Amino acid sequence: MNSAKERLLNGILKENPTFVLMLGMCPTLAVTVSAINGLGMGLTTTVVLALSNVFISLLRKIIPDKVRIPAFIVIIASFVTMVQLLLQAFIPFLYSALGVYIPLIVVNCIILGRAEAYAYQNPPVPSFFDGLGMGLGFTFALTIIGAVREILGAGELFGYYIMPKGYVPVNIMILAPGAFFVLAALTAIQNKVKIIGEKKGKDMSKIQSGCSHDCMNCEDAGCSHRFYDAQAGEKADTESVKEENREKGE
Amino acid sequence: MNKLLKVSSNPHIRSKATTGNIMLTVVLALLPAAGFGIYNFGIRALLLIAVTVASAVLTEYLYDIICKRTVTIGDFSAVVTGLLLALNLPVSVPLWMGVLGAAFAILVVKMLFGGLGQNFMNPALGARCFLLISFTSYMTNFECDAYTGATPLAVLKEGGSVDILDMFLGKTAGTIGETSMLAILIGACILLITGIIDLRIPGTYIVTFILFVLLFGGHGFDPAFLSAQLAGGGLMLGAFFMATDYVTRPVTKRGQYVYGIILGLLTGIFRIFGPSAEGVSYAIIISNLLVPLIEKVTLPKAFGKGGEKR
Repeated sequence: MNSAKERLLNGILKENPTFVLMLGMCPTLAVTVSAINGLGMGLTTTVVLALSNVFISLLRKIIPDKVRIPAFIVIIASFVTMVQLLLQAFIPFLYSALGVYIPLIVVNCIILGRAEAYAYQNPPVPSFFDGLGMGLGFTFALTIIGAVREILGAGELFGYYIMPKGYVPVNIMILAPGAFFVLAALTAIQNKVKIIGEKKGKDMSKIQSGCSHDCMNCEDAGCSHRFYDAQAGEKADTESVKEENREKGE
Repeated sequence: MNKLLKVSSNPHIRSKATTGNIMLTVVLALLPAAGFGIYNFGIRALLLIAVTVASAVLTEYLYDIICKRTVTIGDFSAVVTGLLLALNLPVSVPLWMGVLGAAFAILVVKMLFGGLGQNFMNPALGARCFLLISFTSYMTNFECDAYTGATPLAVLKEGGSVDILDMFLGKTAGTIGETSMLAILIGACILLITGIIDLRIPGTYIVTFILFVLLFGGHGFDPAFLSAQLAGGGLMLGAFFMATDYVTRPVTKRGQYVYGIILGLLTGIFRIFGPSAEGVSYAIIISNLLVPLIEKVTLPKAFGKGGEKR
């Protein structure tokens, strides 16, 4: 069961889908207006993720390579439909709060990403724990973002008023821009923690997303992860070569 | 015969225009509007301005210290940001709101994007919109000791009539710095004479806005309505002091005309068709976001490039 523990930790910490992989941003930004919404969305996704991972893993030798994406989608969509009906029947307030984002779980890139990257190549039991870990990591992230936004934007946590009496709620936090502020701040904090850990000599290589440096001031111009000017530079190069050729032709 | 020539390296002619000098001139140009605001709204306006400016400078100083960067408060840009933000606040807001707004302007809008010159949006206006969305009831409450009730633009929107002379002089309700068209124009003249801004952006902005109001304002050619729309709200302050911000305006000349036209159109749309009476700050920050695109389209071609294709 060592691999199960490793898979769980991987999903929750090392490759946290929200803070490290930056996947599933649409539900992350849209539904986290309160902690309970974040928790509900996270757990719903976890159930779908774990079950679809198991089934895709079981069927991995039957599904033909060429049509694997449609096959994944069909499996995921079946589970989403089940979860949606269950939510509608038993937790109606959450069902109405999450609204259109429940059917949209089908196209959540975490689920498709784990199916493609892990479940399609691994046996069912590790796949289950992979899905569970990723789902819990997602739940953890969404609940924290929701809690911060709810505290700042409404003065409440899980619906209970917790701020001092004179507190004036910062409305923007429960509107769309607030999601970006909180996500950015929390991502910055976890990166900072990792950088400090690295300086202390701990092995953070597996936890780091990329090299953690800013590409703009990076000296390594040939870095393959460089996302500034990489494409623009290439384009300019080919254009100047073309121009030279043209001049030679003349 | 053997005279030694004095040799120095280029540039041989130096301009005195440093960032610090320019920003100081802008502060100077804002003083009439600030002074009139204090005269109009009383000593609390002075307090709010002082607190906001101080917290803007302090935020930048602390950020520089904590992040171990060169301390950049010497260029006075934080002072300008704080002052502009304060002039955009109603006098009745709590002081901590000025502090929060100034901190947001400097920290989130300016420093996190790399400091002066890197921000993609006017910090003062970004903070004003942040406060406006967060604390709508405080930010649209223009009641104070001197005036009760609505701003001239809100009165106009309701179909009432306003006194143009009062609006020109500034004896109306509104934010601290926006009420007096006269004081703002004095400041604008300082900027124009010293060459810090030119008329390209404000001119295009205001002309486009006038045309839009003439066409769609629903009043036809009504000088009273038109001049009230010009003198009311933050149009003048926005056009001369905030749309012309060096960092967030296009650098190309043609781009500046395009930018002015977009500003005028957006302001007209927000004021006439929007639910709120005022729309200058949203118009400016939305146009700020379009600036990279405008620059890309209007970039002049280098000599020898882009000739006939064969």
